[in-house]
Amino acid sequence: MSRIEGVLQTLKGQGRKALIPFITAGDPHPDETVGLMHTMVDAGVDIIELGVPFSDPMADGPVIQLACERALKYGTSLRRVLAMVSEFRKTNDTTPVVLMGYLNPVEAMGYEAFADAAVKAGVDGVLTVDLPPEEADDVAPMFAKRGLDPIFLLAPTTTDERIRAIADHSSGYVYYVSFNGVTGAAKINVDEVAAKVAHIHELTALPVGVGFGIRDAETAAAVGRVSDGVIVGSVLVDTIARNQTDIDALKRALTDLLNPMREALDSLAS
Amino acid sequence: MSVKLTEEMLTALPDARGHFGAFGGRFVSETLMDSLMTLEREYLRLKNDPEFQATFDKDLADYVGRPSPLYFAERLTRETGGAQIWLKREDLNHTGAHKVNNTIGQALLASFLGKKRIIAETGAGQHGVATATVCARLGLECHVFMGADDVQRQSLNVYRMKLLGAQVHAVQSGSRTLKDAMNDAMRDWVTNVEDTFYIIGTVAGPHPYPLLVRDFQSVIGRETRRQSLEKTGKLPDALVACVGGGSNAIGMFYPFLTDESVQLYGVEAGGHGIETGEHAAPLCAGRPGVLHGNRTYLMEDDDGQIASTHSVSAGLDYPGVGPEHSWLKDIGRANYVSVTDEEALEAFRMLTLVEGIMPALESAHAVAYAVKLAATMDKDQMVVINISGRGDKDIHTVAQLDGIEL
Ligand SMILES: Cc1ncc(COP(=O)(O)O)c(C=O)c1O
Repeated sequence: MSRIEGVLQTLKGQGRKALIPFITAGDPHPDETVGLMHTMVDAGVDIIELGVPFSDPMADGPVIQLACERALKYGTSLRRVLAMVSEFRKTNDTTPVVLMGYLNPVEAMGYEAFADAAVKAGVDGVLTVDLPPEEADDVAPMFAKRGLDPIFLLAPTTTDERIRAIADHSSGYVYYVSFNGVTGAAKINVDEVAAKVAHIHELTALPVGVGFGIRDAETAAAVGRVSDGVIVGSVLVDTIARNQTDIDALKRALTDLLNPMREALDSLAS
Repeated sequence: MSVKLTEEMLTALPDARGHFGAFGGRFVSETLMDSLMTLEREYLRLKNDPEFQATFDKDLADYVGRPSPLYFAERLTRETGGAQIWLKREDLNHTGAHKVNNTIGQALLASFLGKKRIIAETGAGQHGVATATVCARLGLECHVFMGADDVQRQSLNVYRMKLLGAQVHAVQSGSRTLKDAMNDAMRDWVTNVEDTFYIIGTVAGPHPYPLLVRDFQSVIGRETRRQSLEKTGKLPDALVACVGGGSNAIGMFYPFLTDESVQLYGVEAGGHGIETGEHAAPLCAGRPGVLHGNRTYLMEDDDGQIASTHSVSAGLDYPGVGPEHSWLKDIGRANYVSVTDEEALEAFRMLTLVEGIMPALESAHAVAYAVKLAATMDKDQMVVINISGRGDKDIHTVAQLDGIEL
């Protein structure tokens, strides 16, 4: 069983929901990322999605675009992100880490070289936004064979046929994008999300994490009620942007954001 | 290595997933997949629909003014002292470039799909103008994304788009040129996918765009083939076209791919020179990667971050290229070369002075290479240059380089 499956099964046994933060690696500076990861673990998160910065983040809104620019300014390459995960693993071997980003940095490194290095660093899952399962015939099995969970997106526009096919290629969890749009937009409609996630649960046994548009304890609880976990991104990245120069203040601000989300999610526990 | 292409090989490409050999495909976020699959299905149906084709042909004739002439550049030929140089006059199309062939076709597709809101990216502004033009004609809402730097250097076209009723969005992110305009167009598309049709301006992007844009632009090569046989009784020995995303080049090349005797030359933007790294020549100096929905030759750094590009011509200032060109390069069917900013500017002046035809700076890249090529060929041979657009939009740029304030 992968680390991701283990964590999600334990939570399920407890009737609890996963809190999954996203931050961009290397933002505000490559030396700070590992510290921020530990801060988030202390604030009660279950899985960390670590963004690999890319020069052309087509699926992201302005908040994460700027985070990529900050991280790239300090040379945050994919190899450097892997080094951060190794560093994190020195003191944490329980919290799963999922790399999330775009395909080209992985392609440039070479799929096999990347997969080997990712496993060695202690990465648990990989989500490349611009890699649909149709193009992942070689890559997904290469990841899966090494115990890396290939994680794919589902969207409001995804047909039933595709939901089944995508679930077949996935392990760990599937990531449901709550609305048509880029990260950071504020369009979430909880009733629509509830209906679609319930439907996805009928088509696959995999846990469903929901991301895009979750900004506070209230939306986290509303979405947590109908899913297996919530992914929180832009609001954290925006907090990083506003506190780039004072890392202690930044860590307090992240903790202050995540604590109420954790409490709200746990108050749902049956 | 060169492979002899047959009709059967060509009709099998792209394959069902949009691949041209190792290139192409559909690398987009999940939200767009259903829309792309619908577009592919509908396009493959309409492609063989007589009513759709008749409407397209009629618009090309009566609205664009096709066929465009194939013109014998007699004086340029004499001055060059080699092969006969002929010009395919896409500059004479309505709106002044080949771009309109494609926007007519895609706007027609949008109408058949019932989409009323159109988005487009543009570099030089020619595709933006061609999109705004067809939207005005069909009464469609039009949004054009353009890098903030390009908004500056192509202000004339920005104003033309506004006069045509389009909303122009200046893109401030990244390098503020064509690739960033395309990023923002994709972001808009993801957000408004239910009611919006994205008219991509070149043979790049996810499948089926490279296929359908190539089909719409192939009218250039089909006409050239027919006109060449009518006027000279034979096929040209060489075709030369500039390559930004590659739509005017593939449109010219495609109907000749199985004619082994016809040499194909795609001319990329060499900028300040390939050796300086400041250029936009992915086929000459890049390597395969994935950007904007397809796998193709790209300009990138060792970490897979997309490199910034430079060209005097905004329409060629793009780090990628259509996937079919990547395939043609790898199988050795087409040759990809580059000329510098300086050579292109010189060719711009020469064609203007010698033939009274002012080419777009993009097309001037093709002229510069073709003249060098023709000089090495026999007098009874024939070179056709695709003059993809006219140079009016570039007069400010050229004047500025001359130190003249207009
Ligand atoms: C006149 C002209 N030629 C060529 C191009 C380059 O595009 P493509 O390579 O798709 O033909 C442009 C793009 O703006 C253009 O305006």
